[in-house]
Amino acid sequence: MIIDTVTETIEVEEGIKIIPGANTIITTIDKIVNWARASSLWPMTFGLACCAIEMMTTGSSHYDLDRLGIIFRGSPRQADFMIVAGTVTKKMAPVVRRVYDQMPEPKYVIAMGSCACTGGIFRSYSTVQGCDSFLPVDVYVPGCPPRPEALMYGIVKLQEKIRKERIRWSPWR
Amino acid sequence: MEPLEIAEKIKEKFPEEVKDIREFRGQVSVTVKKERIVEICRWLHDDPELNFDYLKDLCGVDYLGKKPLRFEVVYTLYSMKHRHMIRLKAEVGEEDPTIDSVVGVWRGAEWHERECYDMFGIIFKGHPDLRRVLLPEDWEGHPLRKDYPEKGPDKEWKGFQELLEKAKELRVYQWEE
Repeated sequence: MIIDTVTETIEVEEGIKIIPGANTIITTIDKIVNWARASSLWPMTFGLACCAIEMMTTGSSHYDLDRLGIIFRGSPRQADFMIVAGTVTKKMAPVVRRVYDQMPEPKYVIAMGSCACTGGIFRSYSTVQGCDSFLPVDVYVPGCPPRPEALMYGIVKLQEKIRKERIRWSPWR
Repeated sequence: MEPLEIAEKIKEKFPEEVKDIREFRGQVSVTVKKERIVEICRWLHDDPELNFDYLKDLCGVDYLGKKPLRFEVVYTLYSMKHRHMIRLKAEVGEEDPTIDSVVGVWRGAEWHERECYDMFGIIFKGHPDLRRVLLPEDWEGHPLRKDYPEKGPDKEWKGFQELLEKAKELRVYQWEE
């Protein structure tokens, strides 16, 4: 078989080229690693209130987060991002932060629900007014509680963010 | 036994203690003085005709500016054997917010009394382990008192303040594009 290397490459998507006949795809390592990272996100679940129930629904068979490569991981050590689902109280906040600190880089946070985003209806002595006061939040999912579709949309947004990142995955960044 | 009958029976046994008997929608509340509350509860628990063996609930109420004695501790009692219930209300003043603990009568009162102490600052004398049960142990103030600011006091709780400072410190390690 003669491989015609003189043939022009074809750009199928921005930054991804194929060589016809050679069965070869050319792209940047950023693209390929980010594609892998975004396709197997393991969330550290932090269910704190009623949003946790909605998060469980999102993970179960009807909505099925597994098809996006998302498998709930009950340990911060192997998790890629954290879903803060529910009302964060001041007593619980140091625990949330500790779990976040135990996660390996690169790590992300999704604030799920009105309470985690802003404190919601609880303008009270015991409630943290938004978990972004002590955590770097990447995606805010509003709703009380958000529908499973909303949480999935938030995760898809996070995947979009991951795909745009450059070199964050590298140990030499 | 009908709830009003029970109330009358309490009044017969402790005429000086009972201050008021009220019926509302088939439920009867007996307001009593706090001094002999353990004695009343012990009698309600042990009397074979009454036999209140189950403490359904124990909670506090703050009547700031509405009643001369500010607090009330409410005991909701139920008898598994006779299937009747009664509500006891013990009045507690602000200057001396103490009342005797009924843990000796119903062991289940322990956490209820701790919660009541946590939220209202009512001290239960003779309680085996009177600590806060919901709020952090170094919290200042008792939030369900009506004069406690709803949004919390201006001075932030120490533990959360420390967390905010730590989060600020750790911000330098965050990934920036």
